[in-house]
Amino acid sequence: MSAPAVEFREISMRFGDKLALDRIDLEIAEAAFVVLLGPSGSGKTTLLNILGGFLEPTSGRVLINGEDATRVPPAKRSTTTVFQDYALFPHMSVAANVGFGLKMRKVDRSERDQRVARALEMVGLADFGARRIHELSGGQRQRVALARALVVEPAVLLLDEPLGALDLKLRRQMQEELKLIQKRVGTTFVHVTHDQEEAMAIADTIVVLNDGAIEDIGEPERIYLRPASRFSARFMGENNLFEGTVKSAGGGRVEVETARGTLPAAGDAEPGTRVALSLRPEHLYTEAGDGLLEIGEVEVVEAGFFGTHHQCLATLPGHEEALRVRLDQKRIARAGDRLKLYVDPTDLVLLQR
Amino acid sequence: MNGRLRQTLAAAPAWAYVLLLYGFIFLPVAVLVLFSFQTSRVPIPPFNGPSLRWYEAVFADARMMDALGNSIIVAISSSLVAVVLGFLAAYALARHRLPFAGLLQGMLVAPLTVSYLIIGMGLLITFNQVGVPKSLLTIGIGHVVINLPLCFAIIFSQMGAQQAIVERAARDLGAREWQVMALVTVPMLWPALFASFFLAVTFSWDEFIIAFLLSRFDVTLPVEIWSMLRTGLNPKTNAVGSFVFLISIAIVLALDFVIFGRRQA
Repeated sequence: MSAPAVEFREISMRFGDKLALDRIDLEIAEAAFVVLLGPSGSGKTTLLNILGGFLEPTSGRVLINGEDATRVPPAKRSTTTVFQDYALFPHMSVAANVGFGLKMRKVDRSERDQRVARALEMVGLADFGARRIHELSGGQRQRVALARALVVEPAVLLLDEPLGALDLKLRRQMQEELKLIQKRVGTTFVHVTHDQEEAMAIADTIVVLNDGAIEDIGEPERIYLRPASRFSARFMGENNLFEGTVKSAGGGRVEVETARGTLPAAGDAEPGTRVALSLRPEHLYTEAGDGLLEIGEVEVVEAGFFGTHHQCLATLPGHEEALRVRLDQKRIARAGDRLKLYVDPTDLVLLQR
Repeated sequence: MNGRLRQTLAAAPAWAYVLLLYGFIFLPVAVLVLFSFQTSRVPIPPFNGPSLRWYEAVFADARMMDALGNSIIVAISSSLVAVVLGFLAAYALARHRLPFAGLLQGMLVAPLTVSYLIIGMGLLITFNQVGVPKSLLTIGIGHVVINLPLCFAIIFSQMGAQQAIVERAARDLGAREWQVMALVTVPMLWPALFASFFLAVTFSWDEFIIAFLLSRFDVTLPVEIWSMLRTGLNPKTNAVGSFVFLISIAIVLALDFVIFGRRQA
């Protein structure tokens, strides 16, 4: 069993009075595509900068391939970075940009040229070597930055919100390409983003960060379907949370007293504790069925069409908070419509944090 | 039609003001240049040229040519020193956290507010005390003192956060500090370095007070012109003055061409 590609051990980072990272422990397996996901100020970029060597943590250690790299400067680390606004060298050609890292490593000219050509081909810019940076579009610059970082064959590639500056369509296309390239080269990718859709589309493992701590970690499906905390449930896509108190527990099941009545869920919690149940909008049904539980009649307040579905805000008469409901593409709802809603109890997720 | 006329009339005072202003600025220079082409021995109307005899006289004057050579040496060497020192100071203040950074920056720029007379006198007294004889070197030092703040300010203003990120990328790819500076920082700053060098050259080129106070046998062109003026006006002074002006204009145009030429590329 080889050492993980990256290990963070009890990493804390303090900027003045602010604790940006609070004792982070994290292992990243070799050849994994890991996404650090969180809102701005959650510490995700700080963690990436510590891994890249641009920041020294206040305490804790970073291991890369099993070796302590905490105080190794960026130039000597086996990591390279794709920066947020690419940080290409504006006074050099595309080929010179890509070859820069190899030149610093004293790779001789003919080998350098070959490797630069291969890297440019990999990102689909085979004929662009002689171009100047200012002649390229945003998407092309992005590819040059990727080729420049990958050509030196780093142990870990760091991506700092690399797709943030691209328009939506190009971003989706680059996500697919990033994923393909990562599988092809087999390098460990650590990617930072605040876009949860992007995270789900590309990650093998998502690490949800909030307020300097790891909130949740796992495969995209697990984090989306069974979030570990209220924050994680709200941050990853749309969600409905029912706050309540545990009424009874036993046999891996709990009954939770909520404003919408008593609801069952899988899990274990002390009776009397405050918990929440999360339920995705697409898990609210408008027709009764086998094993479905009625939770009441709601009034549609707002409805919008999203192509693949309709999304509604609906309130239960007598209740302030609105429910997010996802309706079928062909099921048209208008404000003022009344809907009876049902849930499958297995979709309810018990959240204790 | 009437409306047009009224508009033109309304604009007349503005035009008159513009003409007056530019006349005020450029008339002396125009007169200087015009009478440098005078044929007779006195640079006063009526104009009876054109003739190049006074330019011939200037270029045949050995002392004048020595002074010209001295001016070129002082301008180029003092400007190079000012640019290098200004760049190093800007790099330190823009890229490193220094104690008292604000104070250091203020002190670097402060000489801009001090008159050349005071700087010249201060240097004169200091050199006397220390026992440094007056020479081209002392003039050069004086010009570094007045040009360093300018070079620092221009270069510092161009070393923004965007450039810092690009330098970071170079480090990330394995570049050592000297490689970052030589391969990334300096090439990216090229326009600013170029601009500050040429501005420093123009300031040194026609600087008089410091050069006058700190020189003895070897003098620069402005000092030589001043000693010539003491013996009275003649078209030769006009010719050499026009020559100094022409060089200044040429440097400014070259600067403009290089900087804006790059922007358009």
